[in-house]
Amino acid sequence: MKKYTFTEKKDTRSGFGAGLAELGKTNPNVIALCADLIGSLKMEAFIKECPDRFIQCGIAEANMMSVAAGLTIGGKIPFTGTFANFSTGRVYDQIRQSIAYSEKNVKICASHAGITLGEDGATHQILEDIGLMKMLPGMTVINPCDYNQTKAATIAIADYEGPVYLRFGRPVMPIFTDPDQKFEVGKAWMVNEGKDVTIVATGHLVWEAIKAGEQLEAMGIDAEIINIHTIKPLDSEAILKSVAKTRCIVSCEEHNRLGGLGDSIAQLLIQNDLVPMEYIAIDDVFGESGTPAELMKKFGLDDLHIVEAAKKVIGRKG
Amino acid sequence: MSVSDQEIKQLEEVASQVRRDIVRMVHSATCGHPGGSLGCTDYLVALYFKIMNRKPGFDMDGIGEDLFFLSNGHVSPLFYSILSRSGYFPTSEMPGFRKLGSILQGHPTTHVPGVRMASGSLGQGLSVAIGAALAKKYNNDSSLVFSLHGDGELQEGQNWEAALFAPHHKVDNLIACIDYNGQQIDGPTEKIMSLGNLKAKFEAFNWEVIEEPKGNDMRSVIEVILKAKALTGKGRPVCILLTTQMGFGIDFMMGSHKWHGVAPNDEQLAIALAQLPETLGDY
Repeated sequence: MKKYTFTEKKDTRSGFGAGLAELGKTNPNVIALCADLIGSLKMEAFIKECPDRFIQCGIAEANMMSVAAGLTIGGKIPFTGTFANFSTGRVYDQIRQSIAYSEKNVKICASHAGITLGEDGATHQILEDIGLMKMLPGMTVINPCDYNQTKAATIAIADYEGPVYLRFGRPVMPIFTDPDQKFEVGKAWMVNEGKDVTIVATGHLVWEAIKAGEQLEAMGIDAEIINIHTIKPLDSEAILKSVAKTRCIVSCEEHNRLGGLGDSIAQLLIQNDLVPMEYIAIDDVFGESGTPAELMKKFGLDDLHIVEAAKKVIGRKG
Repeated sequence: MSVSDQEIKQLEEVASQVRRDIVRMVHSATCGHPGGSLGCTDYLVALYFKIMNRKPGFDMDGIGEDLFFLSNGHVSPLFYSILSRSGYFPTSEMPGFRKLGSILQGHPTTHVPGVRMASGSLGQGLSVAIGAALAKKYNNDSSLVFSLHGDGELQEGQNWEAALFAPHHKVDNLIACIDYNGQQIDGPTEKIMSLGNLKAKFEAFNWEVIEEPKGNDMRSVIEVILKAKALTGKGRPVCILLTTQMGFGIDFMMGSHKWHGVAPNDEQLAIALAQLPETLGDY
């Protein structure tokens, strides 16, 4: 298995902040909006760079989304920033009518996504946001896996015409992707080529999948690991090519098992190549308070659960 | 800007034709929202045919021209007639209103030339107009943004988020008009969800507020918009409380919420059209 190491851990939201600050220097049309969460979204550097292009919206997310939609009329590229919960569920109708249906070039940037938000508990741990957003026609959904990828994705979506949902997180995680990577929307990243099982992972679960891959290797199982950072549009070709070889697949995401990446893959397989599949996802329950690591373990999202799922799905190949 | 009696008469003629278009479209579709459409007709005729500085053709960004946003999207037959009569698309599209395959959907969409934002789900238009007004400021574009809102629509909480936001950010290139007809689907707004003193409310939010009790009188409408324009550029957003009558122009529809969302039958259409001179030629 290809070796992945890290020397530093950072939160993906800081990758967003770094990418946004870069855009502050390079793209005069980028406008940042925030609903009273500048520190949490790591927007300070952007604000320092271009204070006039930052709009504080206060605790009023519905207004922020529609103001962002209006800003596109005149060629601005608004990036909204708040927690994932308040970026999606709370403002779904605003996004649906004024952004998605109206085909507006708004970048909805959502931090503290998933269970690893941690101690704040279920009120803030949205586990339905990928599903909500991928169901909107024309919406692109991206969930990068580490600091570097999040930074690259943030920069890339400024030049990608159309509404985008960019989802990232709160906890520090290993930085293991290339700092100079070019982020291509909709293009899967081959983390490790293998032949026995395909493990497809998004967001924080990519590092867990790499750790699982190393353990599987020690057991003599050669796992192919694919990072799907863009959940919609899905890189169908990469997934189908992989399962044509491995004949089984495990999907891994920090989201409800209903409506997330796994369901998109299952739909693809049903229509094209029906191979055994296992889900690593939250089992249709609300979250709870705890540290990110405790929650990943309790809700079955860590490397050990991926190893078990991989063994199980290989056993189902028959 | 002075307005001659002759010009007022011409604008009233446009309004008569727009009202004919509204009832004919709604009758043909056998559904739609004539009441509010007829009530706001004079305001939109004044905006599009007299007040707004518009560029020929249509581009989404609208840089260098005044923009209009319709928040109460259910008055789509009015909006479509206005857009068509002012040249954004041929009048031959109007028979398609609410029918399969037409660009003229039940509620406005950005697929219609002249429409910059979908509306229908209420309460979003004020925020959108604020965003567009901010974009104009970023672009050093001195033209204005106008918006129209139902009074019942103000029951949606997002309006009050927007009402707080606009003065805070000194959005003073925006004129938001409230169609103050006192009616909503289930009855009078006072009975359904009282709005209280709207003038005092907007003033408390630090808006410039102008009241116009004669919202279906063309000269009064033009004068109040000119007054509102004179208040722009002074650090605060401007709100016009425009008292109108739902169903204005057709005696049996006037002043009642009952025609909010009901289409006239053949007989009612004939009575309605007899009260509205055909001035620009029916579509």
